[in-house]
Amino acid sequence: MSVMNILEAIRDALGTEMAADDRVILLGQDIGKFGGIFRATDGLYAQFGGERVIDMPLAEGAIIGSALGLALSGLRPVAEIQFLGFARQAFHQIVSQVARMRHRSRGRFAASMVIRAPFGGGVRTPELHSDAVECQFAQAQGLKVIAPSNPYDAKGMLLAAIRDPDPVLFCEPLHGYRSIKGDVPSSAYTVDFSKANVVRQGNDITLIGWSSAVNVALRAAEALATEGIEATVVDIRSLLPLDVGGIVAAVESTGRCVIVHEAPLTAGFGAEIAATLAREAFYSLQAPIERVTGPDAPYPLAGAEQMYLPGVDRVVAAARRTAQGQ
Amino acid sequence: MAKRRADTRNGVGDRALHHELLRTMLLQRRFEERCAEAYAVGKIGGFCHLYIGQEATGTGAISVLRDDDYVIGTYRDHAQAIARGIAPRAIMAELFGRIDGCSGGKGGSMHLFSREHNFLGGHGIVGGNIPLATGVAFAIKYRGGDQVCLCFFGEAAVNIGSFHESLNMAGLWKLPVIYVIENNRYGMGTALERASAINDIAERARAYDMPRSVVDGQDVLAVRQAVGEAVQRARTECVPTLIEARTYRFMGHSMSDAAAGTYRSKAELDEQLKRDPIALLRSRMQDKGEITDAEVTALDAEVRAQCEDAWQFADQSPEPPLEALYEDVLVDTTSDPELAPVAAGVPPTVAPIAAA
Ligand SMILES: Cc1ncc(C[n+]2csc(CCOP(=O)(O)OP(=O)(O)O)c2C)c(N)n1
Ligand SMILES: [Mg+2]
Repeated sequence: MSVMNILEAIRDALGTEMAADDRVILLGQDIGKFGGIFRATDGLYAQFGGERVIDMPLAEGAIIGSALGLALSGLRPVAEIQFLGFARQAFHQIVSQVARMRHRSRGRFAASMVIRAPFGGGVRTPELHSDAVECQFAQAQGLKVIAPSNPYDAKGMLLAAIRDPDPVLFCEPLHGYRSIKGDVPSSAYTVDFSKANVVRQGNDITLIGWSSAVNVALRAAEALATEGIEATVVDIRSLLPLDVGGIVAAVESTGRCVIVHEAPLTAGFGAEIAATLAREAFYSLQAPIERVTGPDAPYPLAGAEQMYLPGVDRVVAAARRTAQGQ
Repeated sequence: MAKRRADTRNGVGDRALHHELLRTMLLQRRFEERCAEAYAVGKIGGFCHLYIGQEATGTGAISVLRDDDYVIGTYRDHAQAIARGIAPRAIMAELFGRIDGCSGGKGGSMHLFSREHNFLGGHGIVGGNIPLATGVAFAIKYRGGDQVCLCFFGEAAVNIGSFHESLNMAGLWKLPVIYVIENNRYGMGTALERASAINDIAERARAYDMPRSVVDGQDVLAVRQAVGEAVQRARTECVPTLIEARTYRFMGHSMSDAAAGTYRSKAELDEQLKRDPIALLRSRMQDKGEITDAEVTALDAEVRAQCEDAWQFADQSPEPPLEALYEDVLVDTTSDPELAPVAAGVPPTVAPIAAA
């Protein structure tokens, strides 16, 4: 057990699985000698060599498409895309090829592969580099879309993703890469990301988020506690599939809910969660569900970033309204 | 560089031209040194990719254009913007994210735009600009104009699909576009040889039946010559060209990585520093007696003052108001009478489908 940040936990997971399973190979731009744009693969090139830590040409579509070819041939590729916004360059491969393979071949072929990419803002990077576009992939049936919020989950979820028989888009919190630290076991363990995680218990309101939004929700919960409002905080871990039972139970216990995410409001994944709760938890809801999200505008330059992001203040204000609402 | 009509003289022996090229490159250099400083103190956020070491490529290429030609570049765009004549004040203000910036403080370092200069960005996605240049050239041909479009990108961009898709179209339709590969040998931390099946990347033009050339990107006059020929061909014969300018960046990929150490050695960098494009032009001019040390010193002082002025201007310019976040996402067609839907007379009555 040691204290790691999210990047270190990811690196640890990759190294652990590569040592245990020689089918696991890494692909991506600058992941070799350079160690990856955020150094997620630092040291792995030296440890496993250029045949398993492969520097790819600048060609996202073919990185994902060729990873699919590797997966179809029985390897376990883990592809890195430098920013999730750049995964749009590979949208076709991810959504139309990777995700559809199992269904299209009626189970004869499947893509057991992982696509890793940091997403979201908060580190002063501009649009395209800060875009939280995870939900744009959540309509790809045949894909799993998951996003850890802490180092323990990052390692355990990544190991589970690599071993998963289906393709997983693993969205990493750019903002929390180095700042979020926690205990991480040195052993190989998996985290069942199909289950939402209740990271804080409270009776008055339920805050729902994923990845870095969970940490915003946790800080908001602390602030709310000083006002006597006790919040439950749920980390859904996985957007696709969504643990409907888990979020319904968590909302039924308080009757009030605020959903937090960085992506713009309109057609964001919060809408999916809210609609699901409106159907499944309708009779326990005591106030309208609120969403605290990015605005319906492109990600701004650094100066306006903090007002763009769903910050603690906005979550607290929404939670207060919801807690008092009827 | 001041706005002027195209100057396609070969350059050799042209004192005034050399002075102007030197001035542009020195301004770019000093400007970007200030960018690095501004980044370090947090005035510039996000990313900041410097062109230091590559000045001769952008400057030489843009110097042969006419005002009505088009330029489109990458995220490494500050120096091209300067060469195109965009005011350093407007560029610095953009880098600072202020309203007087050339993109209204909403584009930032990677997204410089100027309609007055036919400067179509600054593009953050590698390869994202190449099809756009192709379309611009298509439009020129469609309208029967004799302008050209100059498109810059790095050598790593030749590996992405949009490069091939675009060159095929330009070759097929003979479009007036000049693609300039700024081959600085590395795409972030990956060396060309580790990412491209062929090292002579200009050869890729063969696949698209397109003229090609390789030029010393550190020699501003050689770049002028090569791009000048390509521009001439595009203007008069409507033929595209792929030019590979061999250059080198003296700094890290962006402000967040070291100039040397991980993917390239200090020795390699030191060797390349000997071919500083500004020093090369300067010594050539001195050899010819075109400039004195005192003139160089005065020129340097002048461009430094211009950069200081740009910094002060940028620093005093306000940030865009928060409402600006929602501006320019879409035009509000509902409140603009000119954009209101045009009624096509009396709507036709649709006969109900007769019951069977
Ligand atoms: C589609 C896409 N993939 C990855 C990136 C991240 N990225 C930005 S610049 C760069 C290297 C590009 O190298 P090159 O084309 O040689 O241009 P240079 O930076 O050397 O000028 C990379 C990988 C990006 N911006 N867009
Ligand atoms: Mg390059």
